[in-house]
Amino acid sequence: MHELSIAASIVEAVSESASAYPGSRVKEVRLRVGALASVVEDSLQFCWELATQDTPLTGALLVIRKLPVVVHCDGCGVDAEVDGVQSLRCPRCGALAADLRQGRELEIESIELDEPEPNEPGMGGEAKPVEERK
Amino acid sequence: MTTRIVELRRGILKKNDELAAGLRSRFTSAGVLVLNLVSSPGTGKTAFLERTLRELRGRGAHVAALVGDLETDNDARRLAASGAPVRQINTHGICHLDAEMIGKHLDGWQGVSLAGLNYLFIENVGNLVCPSSYDLGERIRVALLSVTEGEDKPLKYPGLFNSADAAVITKMDIAGPCGFDRELALKNLNEIRPGMRVFETSARTGEGMEAWLAYLAEQARPS
Ligand SMILES: Nc1nc2c(ncn2[C@@H]2O[C@H](COP(=O)(O)OP(=O)(O)OP(=O)(O)O)[C@@H](O)[C@H]2O)c(=O)[nH]1
Ligand SMILES: [Mg+2]
Ligand SMILES: [Zn+2]
Repeated sequence: MHELSIAASIVEAVSESASAYPGSRVKEVRLRVGALASVVEDSLQFCWELATQDTPLTGALLVIRKLPVVVHCDGCGVDAEVDGVQSLRCPRCGALAADLRQGRELEIESIELDEPEPNEPGMGGEAKPVEERK
Repeated sequence: MTTRIVELRRGILKKNDELAAGLRSRFTSAGVLVLNLVSSPGTGKTAFLERTLRELRGRGAHVAALVGDLETDNDARRLAASGAPVRQINTHGICHLDAEMIGKHLDGWQGVSLAGLNYLFIENVGNLVCPSSYDLGERIRVALLSVTEGEDKPLKYPGLFNSADAAVITKMDIAGPCGFDRELALKNLNEIRPGMRVFETSARTGEGMEAWLAYLAEQARPS
């Protein structure tokens, strides 16, 4: 059950990043998980609840975006999405394609924070937000 | 309250990946070929490794092994019988090895210096899921599969078999009685990891060991 280790790694990484925004609360954590990443979504969700218990991340939503396998087919000269994970074949010509372009990702894409208004105490942080909305 | 979205775009296992990258450059500069052996419990990793260590030592190579185990040191004792230095990594219930454990066990390993080794083998904890996400800094990841496990193992655990550089089929001496469908197993491996090198071996009879040892020698040659 390595989903527990993975959940703990997410908690550690997110806490570290969120600490740049004092007074904020993490609402949502968005992941990108490749179809070949050997992660079972349900058990990761279950472990997320365990791993966030009694931490500042309690109640934060874990959103998992599954990424299909993409291979590069030499014959067709294109990157193509493979149906499933049982056979790495080009969907156009059917040839086996060893050149994997997507499918092993295990990434934190972004986090969504609730922050106090700028005039409230506790605002700050050096990291630059990429996107901000009311 | 305002909502802020912070793009992180970082690997969840970034810490492990960084430690593994550090290990990999240590291994490269020491000139030691490091292999990570992964399979289900009972596939025959220890038996295969015992035989590999003995054969390599017989040819004058300098070899050592780290072995991960949940609780016991049985595998380490079996491997040490080959005469090679062996160090046990007891994971205390954790189902995989990680780069930090490898680093810790390399430090202060009495009588072993990386620069003096040709090969370092790491026997991972018997598990086909968890070890696939954890880079140990190895150059070659070997997935093992025994003839008793079913030819569809690669299809059931595509994440692991896809991450491997080579596959070893073990216990070929009992392939017949087990009704092992060799063609199907080879086809399944190739579908998951096209072009993968596959070695069909028996630790009991020594079948297939020559091809495996030739592959090791070829991989160890400085390029
Ligand atoms: N017939 C036959 N049996 C084998 C062979 N290799 C291993 N075995 C048997 O398979 C069983 C498991 O072998 P191990 O080498 O302990 O397997 P392992 O993968 O190291 O197991 P764990 O470390 O517990 O995951 C033992 O009973 C071995 O005797 C082989 O080549 N032929
Ligand atoms: Mg073993
Ligand atoms: Zn094609």
